[in-house]
Amino acid sequence: MIIDLQKFAAAGRPTWTELERWLDRLEDKHRDRMTLDELQRFHRLYERTAADLARIATFSAEPETRRYLENLVARAYGEIHETREKRARIQPLTWFFQTFPQTFRKHARQFYLSVTITLIGCLFGGFAIAYDPGSKSVLLPFEHLQGDPAKRVAKEEAVARDELRGAKTGFSAFLMTHNTQVSVFTLGLGITWGVGTAIMLFYNGIILGAISVDYIHAGQTKFLLGWLLPHGVIEIPAILIAGQAGLVLALAMIGWGTRIPFGARLRKVSGDLMTLIFGVAIMLVWAGLVEAFFSQYHEPILPYELKIGFGVCELILLVLFLSKSGKKGSKFQVPSSGMDKGNLEAQTTRHLERETPN
Amino acid sequence: MKTSTLLIRTPEGIVFAQLLAGPVSRFLAWLVDLCCIVVINMIVNLLIGLLAVLNPDFAQGLYMIGFFVIGVGYGIVCEWAMRGQTIGKKAFRLRVVDVEGLRLQFNQIVTRNLLRFVDSLPAFYFVGGLVCWFSPKCQRLGDIAANTIVVRVPKISEPDLDQLLAGKFNSLRQHPHLAARLRQQVSSSEASVALAALVRRDEFDPVARVELFSELASHFHAKVAFPAEATDGVADEQFIRNVVDVIFRGRPKDETKMAT
Repeated sequence: MIIDLQKFAAAGRPTWTELERWLDRLEDKHRDRMTLDELQRFHRLYERTAADLARIATFSAEPETRRYLENLVARAYGEIHETREKRARIQPLTWFFQTFPQTFRKHARQFYLSVTITLIGCLFGGFAIAYDPGSKSVLLPFEHLQGDPAKRVAKEEAVARDELRGAKTGFSAFLMTHNTQVSVFTLGLGITWGVGTAIMLFYNGIILGAISVDYIHAGQTKFLLGWLLPHGVIEIPAILIAGQAGLVLALAMIGWGTRIPFGARLRKVSGDLMTLIFGVAIMLVWAGLVEAFFSQYHEPILPYELKIGFGVCELILLVLFLSKSGKKGSKFQVPSSGMDKGNLEAQTTRHLERETPN
Repeated sequence: MKTSTLLIRTPEGIVFAQLLAGPVSRFLAWLVDLCCIVVINMIVNLLIGLLAVLNPDFAQGLYMIGFFVIGVGYGIVCEWAMRGQTIGKKAFRLRVVDVEGLRLQFNQIVTRNLLRFVDSLPAFYFVGGLVCWFSPKCQRLGDIAANTIVVRVPKISEPDLDQLLAGKFNSLRQHPHLAARLRQQVSSSEASVALAALVRRDEFDPVARVELFSELASHFHAKVAFPAEATDGVADEQFIRNVVDVIFRGRPKDETKMAT
């Protein structure tokens, strides 16, 4: 169809400009809600601009105007056809006490798998140290762990002054950022169909198993528990949850046992991944504080019974939090974690429509 | 199949294209962002340095956390606040959008930014760049996980045809049926090339200019055979002007009257 471009542009420009103004307003003000009249007007502008795009698509000579209209239609399409829930505002307490533990429980199988992989690593590391103590230099990356545990304990217990004085906050910040980086990395490696995540979990398990067997073998179990429990009961589950998130991502990549298309699968878990990794980050902040300000002090400064008792209390609270918090009957109202069944079906249908050749 | 555009069909049956950004432009945008992150870090360190006078340990901790948070949070905050753009992306006219053309969600932004840790391995986004290079939609791993793509935002500028073509007699318009056929036969890319050549004509060397318009003229001559009286004595550059005039200006009013 041949059209008179100048006449076409003159007739359409008021509509395009008005639609562009609406889009700027909508995109600038994330929480702006339109009235019914405004919505109808916006939809009408979208339809007219889309019709103009359909007309100019047959006209060869105006790529710039076509791109402009495509840009407008693309932006308006995103606003009109978006069906995922848009949260009005962030509620940190509801998120922490409800959304996070619920999301954790929703993907419990991936958590158990994460624990299993880590335990296999622990067994491997433990057996390696038990049968070949010389492998310590290969398995343990930390220099201070490669010596004799008994000597280290004697040295730590002989310290009368606070060796971390003036460096505790820095050490704590280092632990927080380093462990968060490792956790994010563990999650991110889920994109390798879970192979990278499994390797990270297995390697963490090896280190944990090797250290444990090394100290138990040297008769330093009490020191080990007093040293590891206060921060480890939070830090290790945090890494396991990061592994869980990585495996959630991996499962979405593989799509095992589901007919939902690839894109819709990833879209479905996207919100859960964010929830899990933010939860992990909060846990690691706590673990970093405990490790720098509490775990590094041993007898005679702090009795091991106190440290072990503290760790056990933390573990009980963590188990209760992850298993009970936000369960049905809670006074908190549950916000959807990004996609309900209806949304998923709508998006799946739309995706299939696009995938199906005409 | 790898392509530079992603076509999205709306339920209304309208198809629109998103121009996909390639790995090179994305890398350049990242370099700009890296500079921004360095500058922000320097400013924050300067402020923390003042705190170090009071408590060096606390300042050290704050510095480490600040470094980490700025590195991770820069992309998240910018892309959320600037609708899928960072400063680097804005400079190179790039934007992150949902792969299905829908509104970008916060969790998509977080996911794609967290997966930078994997994409940036072993250095300088080698893994991300490699995946992007081979990906049909130019997606790095973070984009695949988050269901996002990075598109080029077209700069909308309409050519000033009045200045280019004003006051010139167009011999091709003496043959309206052939002019109409020319408009039908010419593709949008061919029309763009002809227009761009005219707009940029003063930038070429004289010899290159003659050669370019000669090549273009022979191409358009082959499209529609105008009678000799319409083309004889018309220089190649003038012929291209006439072609552009016919294509971009459509039918003048008197011609429309004749046709009806």
